[in-house]
Amino acid sequence: MTPLPRITRRAGLLGAAALLAAPAISYGQSEALRIGHLTPRTGFLGPLGEFAVQAAQLAADEINAAGGINGRKLEMLFEDSVNPQTASAKAERYIQRDKVACIVGEINSASALAIGQVVQRERALFINTGANSDALRGSDCRRMMFHIEGQNSMYVKAVGRALVEKGLIKGKKTYALTADYAFGHDLLHVAKRFLAQNGGSVANEDLIPTDLTDFSPFLLKLRQARPDVVVANLAGAQITNFLKQYTEYGLRFPVAGFGFDTALAWGAGSGNFLGTWPTMWHHRLENAAAKKFTADFRARFGRPPENQAWGDYNAVKIIAQSMNELKSVDAVQVMQHLEKGAKFNVLKDRESYFRASDHQIMTEMYAITAMPPAEQKDRFDIFTSSAGIPGAGEPLEAIASTPDEASCTFPS
Amino acid sequence: MEIVFLLEQVLNGLLIGAYYLLIALGLSLIFSLGGIVNLAHGAFYAIGAYLAVALAPHIGFGGAFVAAPVLVAILGLLIERFLLRRFYRADPILSLLLTFGLAMVAEQTLRMVFGAPPLPFSIPPMFRGQVIIGEFIFSQYRLMILAVAVLCVAGLWFLLQRTHFGRVVRAGVQNPDMVGALGISLRPYMSAVVAIAVGLAALAGVMLAPVIGVHPAMGAEILTFAFVVVVIGGLGSFWGVVLAALIVGVVRGIAAFYFPPATEASVYLLMLLVLLLRPRGLFGERIAKFE
Repeated sequence: MTPLPRITRRAGLLGAAALLAAPAISYGQSEALRIGHLTPRTGFLGPLGEFAVQAAQLAADEINAAGGINGRKLEMLFEDSVNPQTASAKAERYIQRDKVACIVGEINSASALAIGQVVQRERALFINTGANSDALRGSDCRRMMFHIEGQNSMYVKAVGRALVEKGLIKGKKTYALTADYAFGHDLLHVAKRFLAQNGGSVANEDLIPTDLTDFSPFLLKLRQARPDVVVANLAGAQITNFLKQYTEYGLRFPVAGFGFDTALAWGAGSGNFLGTWPTMWHHRLENAAAKKFTADFRARFGRPPENQAWGDYNAVKIIAQSMNELKSVDAVQVMQHLEKGAKFNVLKDRESYFRASDHQIMTEMYAITAMPPAEQKDRFDIFTSSAGIPGAGEPLEAIASTPDEASCTFPS
Repeated sequence: MEIVFLLEQVLNGLLIGAYYLLIALGLSLIFSLGGIVNLAHGAFYAIGAYLAVALAPHIGFGGAFVAAPVLVAILGLLIERFLLRRFYRADPILSLLLTFGLAMVAEQTLRMVFGAPPLPFSIPPMFRGQVIIGEFIFSQYRLMILAVAVLCVAGLWFLLQRTHFGRVVRAGVQNPDMVGALGISLRPYMSAVVAIAVGLAALAGVMLAPVIGVHPAMGAEILTFAFVVVVIGGLGSFWGVVLAALIVGVVRGIAAFYFPPATEASVYLLMLLVLLLRPRGLFGERIAKFE
């Protein structure tokens, strides 16, 4: 048995000094490259923002461990975007004062629109990781804004296919509960179009204030209306409250959602999650890259990542990969590179790319269905998933908006 | 048929009013006696809910139901002793800033300790289910909340109106100097009032945790409503607050029935209307120190 080397006090001191000096040396070589992360961390979308921040940090650490971007260290800046006014002001500060290479984040569609206007003016790049509104890819599209989050049309068409298969659309009357802000209005519009095209209809619809916590008045209305399906176009904390109280009132109408975030279902509690919902990604996917991301995220943060974490993680990775491939950090060059259809592995079976016409990512989605409570193994594995939508034989564009539905003309 | 549906909303609204009541009564008490606008009141409600989630797996929902309000009341005592006490005679804006700061510290602490996403929590099995009477449906669990709220209101009323403690507190609200001149120190009474008030808020938190998302901002969500109830009811009026809570619940239900986007806004409209007609609230008394 070899004895352990004796560490003298002097060697220890030297070692500590070297460790402390190390960051200074690497900074000395070249200035760090900054990405500004901006997303709601408080308010009704705050629960999702935390996943976004953790995932973006994880991505940055992995990028730095692999040598950074063009040899430069990547530094993440994080801010709470709060509301559209604050989001706009903070985006401007990121670009003008902090000289960020790119802005990543957002969940609120109204705030994403505000950031889109700033980056267009400042010629900076913005990857939207959580705002769904079709208008952001249509009438409000911007040349410098890309969307790794799915658009409402994709959400509706992805879960819509599952619902058509389950016989919940054709000839059925639905009761739609819709979040009363930009995202919800847009989603309701898209959902109605889909239902009309597939032989269904919205018989009742209520707009739900975003700060509403008690759904009981609406649950009473639902019970009276006796719809065939309840469609939830809700957002943020609304989804958790709706699920909890729907179960509390013992209503039995099938539930489907056209907008969804897994963390909100995890937060509802055992026996309260029900229905069929769309998602961009979930932690139960079996491909190797997804499994590694899930394991790493879980090891570091004590819980699996969900769809929001997926978006922010991949957005940061896509920026880094593009800049490394281009050997440039120029926003316009990166924009053109993405527009040309560069392919990316985003932890799914098929590679994904951004559509040049509106900068929407073309990628598989999944319809998830709540498992019966008895079959749920832990608080996270509470649903089963469809295979990727669209299927392997179809183009990824099959679930995206058509030019008739949302057309984008980039303002110069 | 529509009238039956409307009646159902009214009854349901009365039930919802009971939640607001538990928060609003405490808020009203602290303001009436101490002159402190307690913006941290919602934080105690949130802490109560989080304690329920944290304690229930170990001591059951029943245990948490008792333990959480007691623990929060003790926290309230400490905050009263070391912070609030300095501000009773000060400009109200100072205590407003202090409690606003406390609320933010509490919310962010919950976020750092428990994370931002909602924590899962469900109705205890024995309270699950519905009571259906003809066209009407009630959640069993909410009926239980109503019963607890009624007991709390009755207990508080008895304490304030029928005991020596209550007489001193009511006298202190109207004329603290006179109470002092009679040789009674209001300090221990104020401590007790704060403990009771925040304990009630925590109790509301425990009871709502199974039906409303348990997340760090839940305190801020309910606080605005509680304030509206206090303002509508009128300061210093016990029954004013009770009545206001019930009216707010009912107005909300009717708005949800006829014009859903205004469900929450209707309550603020109601407040505006009441303030225009009765600036001191429905049953507000003239309290010399606040005029």
